[in-house]
Amino acid sequence: MAFKHKHLLGIQALTPSEIITVLDTAESFYEISTREVKKVPILRGKTIINLFFEPSTRTRSSFELAAKRLSADIVNFNQQTSSAVKGESLKDTILTLEAMNPDAIIIRHSCSGVPHFTTTFCQSHIINAGDGSHEHPTQALLDAFTIRQEKKNFKDLKVTIVGDILHSRVARSNIFLLRKLGARVVLVGPPPLLPLEMKKFGVDIGFNLDRALEGADVIMMLRIQMERQQKNFFPSIREYRNLYSLTEKRFRRAKKKAIIMHPGPINRGVEISADMADSAKSVILKQVENGIAVRMAVLYLLLGGKKREAFA
Amino acid sequence: MKLLLKNGRVIDPSSGTDGKLDILIEKGKIVDIKARIESKGAKIIDASRLVVAPGFIDMHVHLREPGQEHKETIATGAAAAAKGGFTSIACMPNTDPVNDNRGLTEYILSEAKKKAVVNIFPIASITKGQRGEELTDMADLVDAGAVAFSDDGQSVESSQIMRRALEYSKPLNTLIIEHCEDKNLSNEGVMHEGYYSYLFGLSGIPASSEEIMVVRDIILAQEAEANIHIAHLSVKGAVDIVRNAKKKKIKVTAEVTPHHLFLTDSCLENYDTSLKVNPPLRSKEDVQALIQAVKEGIVDVFATDHAPHTQDEKDVEFDKAPFGINGIETAVSLLLDRLVSKNIISLKRFIKMISTTPSLILGLENKGKICVGADADLTILNLNKEIVVDVSTFKSISRNNPFQGWKLKGTPAMTIVGGKIVYPFFSSKSL
Repeated sequence: MAFKHKHLLGIQALTPSEIITVLDTAESFYEISTREVKKVPILRGKTIINLFFEPSTRTRSSFELAAKRLSADIVNFNQQTSSAVKGESLKDTILTLEAMNPDAIIIRHSCSGVPHFTTTFCQSHIINAGDGSHEHPTQALLDAFTIRQEKKNFKDLKVTIVGDILHSRVARSNIFLLRKLGARVVLVGPPPLLPLEMKKFGVDIGFNLDRALEGADVIMMLRIQMERQQKNFFPSIREYRNLYSLTEKRFRRAKKKAIIMHPGPINRGVEISADMADSAKSVILKQVENGIAVRMAVLYLLLGGKKREAFA
Repeated sequence: MKLLLKNGRVIDPSSGTDGKLDILIEKGKIVDIKARIESKGAKIIDASRLVVAPGFIDMHVHLREPGQEHKETIATGAAAAAKGGFTSIACMPNTDPVNDNRGLTEYILSEAKKKAVVNIFPIASITKGQRGEELTDMADLVDAGAVAFSDDGQSVESSQIMRRALEYSKPLNTLIIEHCEDKNLSNEGVMHEGYYSYLFGLSGIPASSEEIMVVRDIILAQEAEANIHIAHLSVKGAVDIVRNAKKKKIKVTAEVTPHHLFLTDSCLENYDTSLKVNPPLRSKEDVQALIQAVKEGIVDVFATDHAPHTQDEKDVEFDKAPFGINGIETAVSLLLDRLVSKNIISLKRFIKMISTTPSLILGLENKGKICVGADADLTILNLNKEIVVDVSTFKSISRNNPFQGWKLKGTPAMTIVGGKIVYPFFSSKSL
């Protein structure tokens, strides 16, 4: 069980066994968050910078708590309070932060490829917390962790991902991960948001939600961004809701034990009806909880050094 | 000062010449071409084992002066061209301010006369300020020295204005050059739309955004019976459109850049901004179609679209980096190595596409040919010398070239402009 990466830039670079290593490691950390004293000294003395150029609550807090529960020191850096608003280039901003000798920098940015660009001039470990429309690897890992809790095995699972696939980094990372672990992936959404060429990712593509839900084990709903409608990717929210909202009636087409996932934040009543979001089939809050254990695992595997074997 | 080139393999596609000949140059002109020339007092250059070609002409260059001299100036762009083997370059009008009036064109020509080591031919904009709204005073600009018109960087969006420009250009004997891109379709795209844009999560520029404008411009040129030149052809669909137009004898010509011939969209996996260019690097299928088009003669000209940007400007998020590749110092070696030495096209054909034809398309008198009376603009090639691309040796101010480290066989050995050796950069006395 080796994890020989300096950075976590995306799921694409990981092998199936490395993915399993992350999930197994996360399992061993899961229990820490349920203790009365939610802290272990594994990353004591390590400094981590949470560098978020995009608004985020759950991913940022999840990384922050993960780092704190491993006893690392973590500093939050927000775009609003940074020198970026004074016209400093991204490279200068990151070099400035790196001069403070952090061990890892967690980056969220609205432009695809920023974590990759950062590795070209930065010595720290870089963790991608979401880059543009490209990847969001820790989300896919926590989704996989959640699926494994519910389904045990990825082989022969049918996972239906619904919504704005074109712009979704969550969808991309999940597609890469699920395909590597042998699950069957079906994508469904409005045609302008779901290019046919994505079939080359090894997935099935459909435009009819009812059909795509037939026999699904996992239903992954994506947040639909209202600004896409202004660019005519779909005609109206009303039409989107009619065609692609997950309702109870539609859910009946999936397997009885199917689970509902959503990376959040949810548009209640748009991509998912409120009763479905709150139903017993929904694991949405479970995903949030698992996010901490998975991010602890990622931080530990990248920064843990020699202590790794002893702990495992 | 007389210059005598001895024993070179002289290739001139315009006359069909290909053989060991001596060339005598006097007062900037070719005065004699024979198997053996003796001339007292002439400086002798031994060109044995070298190829002597009519001076190369790059009809698509961005010189950035006036306005963005931190990227390139007329002087540095010209020096880069000389090093790259070019004796003449045509510069696009998207300077700041735009070259849309006599004053600017005359300024560029007068600066060029003072500082440039190669011939500079300004291209003026089709519309004032490249805004796509009103035509420039085209006759006045031709009179001032503009050799062609283009709103390069964007298409003329209004079909009516494009039609008027084509009609108006006819009696002026000038040329309209179009950067074909429907901005409504390319929108915020930063790379070719397709499998790799979906994989990398980058916004796509669809092939249709080029194809639609190529088709429109060809239809308008046919209607106006005017010449149209398609800049940097990059997609298979556009190649097919040009092929059909040529079959119908429509007066269309087209160019292709080395980067569109030798790089694909898959190269962007590391988000390297030196590969960010417009039109974008296309798919493998498109590249195959472009090479086929070169072989068939559907593409008439090689041009570089030399677009310098500084390291700081390129060292940013991929989405925010400016489009453009600094290509004038690597083009000849790339084409020699990848097309000529691999026998995809003949050496003669290569020379035709980079000298003879661009000179004809731009109507440059006494250039693009080796004959008595022609300008002594010559490019001398060493086909056997291997080079490794090293951007730190560039004469251009900027370094945004993605071929760093490529090993290439064949390189310009000497560039002669108006009888003067302008590359290598030592004074002719030391020869």
